[in-house]
Amino acid sequence: MVGAMEIYKLLPTDACKECGYSSCMALAVALLNREKKLEDCPALLNPKYADKFKKLKELLAPLEKASETGLIIHPEKCFGCGNCVVACPVNVAAEPTRCGIGLGPQGDRVILAVEDGVVKCMNVKECRRFGPNKVMCNACTVTCPSKAIEFV
Amino acid sequence: MAVCTGCSLLCEDIELTLKTGAISQVKNLCRKGHGHFQALFTERIVPKIDGQEVSVDQAITKAVDILRNAKHPLLYGWSNSALEAQRVGIDLGKKLGATIDDTSSFCQGILMELVLTGKLPTCTLDDVRNFADTSVFWGADPSNSHPRLLSRFAYYPRGSKRQKSYEEERNCLVVDVRKSATAKLCSNYFRVPPGGDADFIASVIDVLDGKIPKYGDKKRMIDLGTILRKTEYGVIFPGVGLVYALQDKIELLKTLVAKLNEITTFKVVPMVEHYNMRGFNQLLLDDSGSINRVSFHSGQVTHGPENSIMAAAKICDAALVIGSDPLSSLPFGTAKSLAGVSLIAIDPRRSLTTDAAQVVIPSAMYGLEAGGSAIRMDGVRIEFEPIVKSDLLSDEQILARIKEEI
Ligand code: SF4
Ligand code: SF4
Ligand code: SF4
Repeated sequence: MVGAMEIYKLLPTDACKECGYSSCMALAVALLNREKKLEDCPALLNPKYADKFKKLKELLAPLEKASETGLIIHPEKCFGCGNCVVACPVNVAAEPTRCGIGLGPQGDRVILAVEDGVVKCMNVKECRRFGPNKVMCNACTVTCPSKAIEFV
Repeated sequence: MAVCTGCSLLCEDIELTLKTGAISQVKNLCRKGHGHFQALFTERIVPKIDGQEVSVDQAITKAVDILRNAKHPLLYGWSNSALEAQRVGIDLGKKLGATIDDTSSFCQGILMELVLTGKLPTCTLDDVRNFADTSVFWGADPSNSHPRLLSRFAYYPRGSKRQKSYEEERNCLVVDVRKSATAKLCSNYFRVPPGGDADFIASVIDVLDGKIPKYGDKKRMIDLGTILRKTEYGVIFPGVGLVYALQDKIELLKTLVAKLNEITTFKVVPMVEHYNMRGFNQLLLDDSGSINRVSFHSGQVTHGPENSIMAAAKICDAALVIGSDPLSSLPFGTAKSLAGVSLIAIDPRRSLTTDAAQVVIPSAMYGLEAGGSAIRMDGVRIEFEPIVKSDLLSDEQILARIKEEI
C-alpha cells in the first residue's frame, strides 16, 4: 500500500502552510487518511508541479475505492473462505451462534459476509476502525489467506 | 438451505436464491463451491452413443448391453456421488462379477484404511472446533482444497472449550514443501524438502523422546516438540502430499500418532478431497472387508493391487465411470487404457471422460438437483435435499435401471 513518505516526496515540500497544516508531511498523512484532497494544496496546482500532481493522482487512486474505514477489498483475490467473516469481532458479537462458531451470517448486522463466492462488506460504520474511538483492529486482514482485504 | 458438494466439507449453511436458469444470489458458498454450482448452468451434457445424441433410455440400454457382454467389467469413480448410488453400484458390481475401485486407490486410500479400521484414532470436525488447540496440516493446503476448513472448524471459530480460539487458544501448524496460502496464515510453518516427510517424522519422534533430532533445524524441532507436548487436544490433517511422500512407510505416521497419544490426545482426520470418497470406502469396507480394489469375479470376493484402477484398466474390456473424471486425473498410461475400452460415463457435466466415452448418460447434480446423503471427511453423515427441479435421473436411479435390466 501507499505510505505517507511516498506521498510526501511528491509534494512541493516548501512548507507554505496554505493547506492549513504546519508541514507538508502532515498534509501527506491527511491525504493518506483521505481527510484532505490534492486540490487542497494550492502550490501543487502550479503548472510546474503538473508532473508530480499527475503522479500523486495515480498514487492515491486506489484509496478512493476504500470504504470509510480504509478497507479495500479485491474480490478477484478472494477465496470466499470466510476466515474474515468468522474472525471479525463485530460479526461474532452480532451473530454469536453463527459467525461465532464458524457459520456464515444470517442477519444483516454484520460487516463481512461471503456472497456469490467472494467477500462483501456492509455496515462499515460498525467497524472498530471507524469514528473517533477507533481501535486498530486487523482481525479480518491477518486471517485472509490471499490479501484480498487491506487497509489503507 | 442447500448443501455444497464442492468438497468433502459438505457445508450445510448455503442460502440460494434462484431465478429461472441461474443462481441469482448465493450466500456462504466459497469460491470453489460457487464454481461447482455454477457449472450446473454450463458444461451440461446430453445422452450419447458413439458421439450421436440419443434418448436416455437408449443410452441406458446400450450401457446394459456393453456390461452384460463384458468378461471383465470395471466400475470406477464413485467419490463424487451419493451413498445411495454407491450402494446400488456395489450391488451392480456383485451382479456383474465386476471389479470395483474408487479414486482413493491412487490417493488417500492407504491412510483412509487405517482410519476406517480403527488403526488411527480419529474424531469429528465438531470435536476439532470444540476441543482442538493444535491443528497440524501436513502436505495439505486447505485454503485452496477445502476453503472453509479453517473458518468453520480448525482455526478461527469459537468452540465450547475454545472460546478464545485462534487469538489465544489455538495453534495451527503447517508442514509442507512450499509456503502455501495456509502456511502464510498458520502460527508455525515447517518446510520439508520433497520426500523428506519420513525424516521429519523421525525427528519429531526424537524430540518427543527427549533426544537431539537428526534432521531439520534442531532448535525449531525442539520448539515443535514443546508445542506438541503442551497440546491438550491435537489433530493431524494429512493431505495427499504426505500420503504420496510416505507411501509404504505410512506406518511411520502410526508410530508418531501412537507416541503423541502416550503424552496427550492426538487424532487424525484425512483431508479427503471429493465429497463422498469416505462414504464409498466405508460402504465397501462394510460389505467386502476392503475399502477399495475389490473384485467380485466368479462370485468370489478378492482384494488387492491387481484390482486397482491402474491394473484393472489394462485388463478390463468394459468400464463404467461415475462420479470421477479419470481421463484427466489418472496417469497417462491408465487413462489411455481406459479410453481404449468400451467406456460408459455417467456424469452431471462434461469432462474429458465423457468426451471420450462410447456411452454418455447425464445425471442430476447431487446437492442441487438430487437428494441423498454423503459422508463428510470426518465420517459424519450429511443429508441433502434437491433444491432445483430437474428431469434428469440421479446416479442412483440410472444405476438401479442398469442393474434391473441386467
Ligand atoms: S477491522 Fe475489525 S471490526 Fe473492522 S471489519 Fe475488520 S475485523 Fe471487523
Ligand atoms: S477476504 Fe480473505 S479471509 Fe475474507 S473470505 Fe475472502 S479470502 Fe477469505
Ligand atoms: S468449503 Fe467445500 S463444501 Fe464448503 S462451500 Fe467450499 S467447496 Fe463447498
